[in-house]
Amino acid sequence: MSKFQAFMGWLDHRLPVTTTFEKHMSKYYAPKNFNFWYFFGVFSMVMLANQILSGVWLTMSYNPSAEGAFASVEYIMRDVELGWLIRYMHSTGASFFFIVVYLHMFRGLMYGSYQKPRELIWIFGMFIYLMLMAEAFMGYVLPWGQMSYWGAQVIISLFGAIPYVGEDLVTWIKGDFLISGITLNRFFALHVIALPLVIVALVVLHILALHEVGSNNPDGIDIKKHKDEQGRPLDGVPFHPYYSVHDLVGLVVFLFVFCFVLFFWPEGNGFFLEHANFEEANGLKTPEHIAPVWYFGAFYTILRAWIWDIGPLSSQLGGVILMGAAIAILFVLPWLDRSPVRSWRYKGWISRINLVVFGIFFVLLTWLGTQPVTELNKWLGWIGTLVYFTWFITLPYISANEKTKPVPERVTG
Amino acid sequence: MKKLIAVVFALLPALTLAAGAKVHLDDAMVDLDDQASLQRGAKYFANYCMGCHSTKFARYNRVARDLGIDEKDMEENLIFAETKIGNLMKIAMRPEDSKKWFGATPPDLTLVARVRGSDWVYTYLRSFYADETRPYGVNNAVFKDVGMPHVLEGLQGRQVKGTAPVVVGFDPLTGRELTEEKEGVLFLAEKGELNEKEFDTLARDLTNFLTYMAEPMAKDRKEIGFWVLLFLAILFVPVYYLNREYWRDIH
Repeated sequence: MSKFQAFMGWLDHRLPVTTTFEKHMSKYYAPKNFNFWYFFGVFSMVMLANQILSGVWLTMSYNPSAEGAFASVEYIMRDVELGWLIRYMHSTGASFFFIVVYLHMFRGLMYGSYQKPRELIWIFGMFIYLMLMAEAFMGYVLPWGQMSYWGAQVIISLFGAIPYVGEDLVTWIKGDFLISGITLNRFFALHVIALPLVIVALVVLHILALHEVGSNNPDGIDIKKHKDEQGRPLDGVPFHPYYSVHDLVGLVVFLFVFCFVLFFWPEGNGFFLEHANFEEANGLKTPEHIAPVWYFGAFYTILRAWIWDIGPLSSQLGGVILMGAAIAILFVLPWLDRSPVRSWRYKGWISRINLVVFGIFFVLLTWLGTQPVTELNKWLGWIGTLVYFTWFITLPYISANEKTKPVPERVTG
Repeated sequence: MKKLIAVVFALLPALTLAAGAKVHLDDAMVDLDDQASLQRGAKYFANYCMGCHSTKFARYNRVARDLGIDEKDMEENLIFAETKIGNLMKIAMRPEDSKKWFGATPPDLTLVARVRGSDWVYTYLRSFYADETRPYGVNNAVFKDVGMPHVLEGLQGRQVKGTAPVVVGFDPLTGRELTEEKEGVLFLAEKGELNEKEFDTLARDLTNFLTYMAEPMAKDRKEIGFWVLLFLAILFVPVYYLNREYWRDIH
């Protein structure tokens, strides 16, 4: 017995190192037909690690006060050794985090990964997404630029639309009558401690739930139906080493793309770092065009889509409800899809077209959210909002009634 | 509170519409490798701008190092304030005073090229024109009702806004310029010390310098980026073959 084995034996008696590694890596059987879309889960984990690591180093030089925040970010950009790299890793990284998370979510829609028995995985995922939005919003306030300030102003004031408690709620969130250093400080605390803890915990739950039921695949079929004599799925391969080396290839390609943007296009033409945010926050000077960062675009467009005052439903409250509904409806998706098959490969053509249309309109809504409202954009926003909700509302009927294709017994590669 | 919410919501469409009206901007042709231009830009900035505008997030010695200026030369020629070379490029003018004098405190210009864009800065510097209704007798075609005087007027000359012939193309046969009378264009009414080309070069040098100032590490960033991408490209090869080796037997 080698010294290493002896050490592992010692360790395993005291901590389930080997069994945990086997359960989640070397004896976790994943379908062998994963395609390109299955990279984005791993990429999300990598981006989470990137955000945490770069964030820790940013915290070392950042000053969470209204007087010092903006200058400390420029101090990081100019005076801290490689500070600009850490900052861009974090700021451009946030956008990439959302890009891979959106693609990861769309993968779930394509292959029905949210369907029974994976409802909880989807719900944990949605909570991660929700927390991520809160995390990103609060993080965006920290550089204390004009968009930080006025973006926060617009978003926090949304809570004011809630009847009766709205105004008090807004003051409570801000901790002040205006957005001030107090608001900045509490957002800092939430951004660097509270929300990251919640997000990491949710990621653990997301993966534990996944490993309990096993991964879905592009065919949407259960690989555990066909096992060999030892009880290993015939269409599965151990995650490690097969998918660890496989994901490594994808990861290098992804990092190439990420680093290309990071080093050569960090502002992303104003989409990843908005131009107006290079100007220090000024509560007396409203910017010409207040736009959220692109990853909130879709929900911002839906928020702006409600422009009517109908009874108690003011244009503000209506928008807030609409936006809340747009996010809430995502949570119940597992119960809206009643299709007997999971993957869109075997669903009917209406489902397939609908999903593509849904994807296109989500991108359109996202883009509209970053643009000024024009007559055309207003109409596009309405159409997009309608398409967004129609997709969810018609899903139960279409999925339950359409003719599906026969699902193969074994994965098709 | 309710009022504030109402104002924010009521302003949203108006604010966003206001962003629609765009002025044509000229290409600043920024070149961060043109060190002579950056040095001239730094000189002009120290001489013409720093009386009122700080670049308070940058340090003198960093500028000297990045622009290849000897620290001694920097101290003797470009630092007019009572300060040390390792300090931030602040100015002595107090914001309360300047607000009284100009109606608004002259903004810090460290990041102006990132906020407004290099082309904007370049066009702005060349777009002052005489306007007697303004306190300093000048307005700006890019920045309406700007508070500052035209500091470079002595160099550029006096521009006015009016009807003037504008080059709209070239005669295909003779190659002669084709002009058209247009309204609302800027033209020189009085010559300055510099001719038009010289002044454009000066404006470009200043813009170049401010572009450097807004992101002083832009060159390092691209240089390091090149090596990072090269590393990843090379790393791809063993990783690709490792994966292929493992998956060879999986069908």
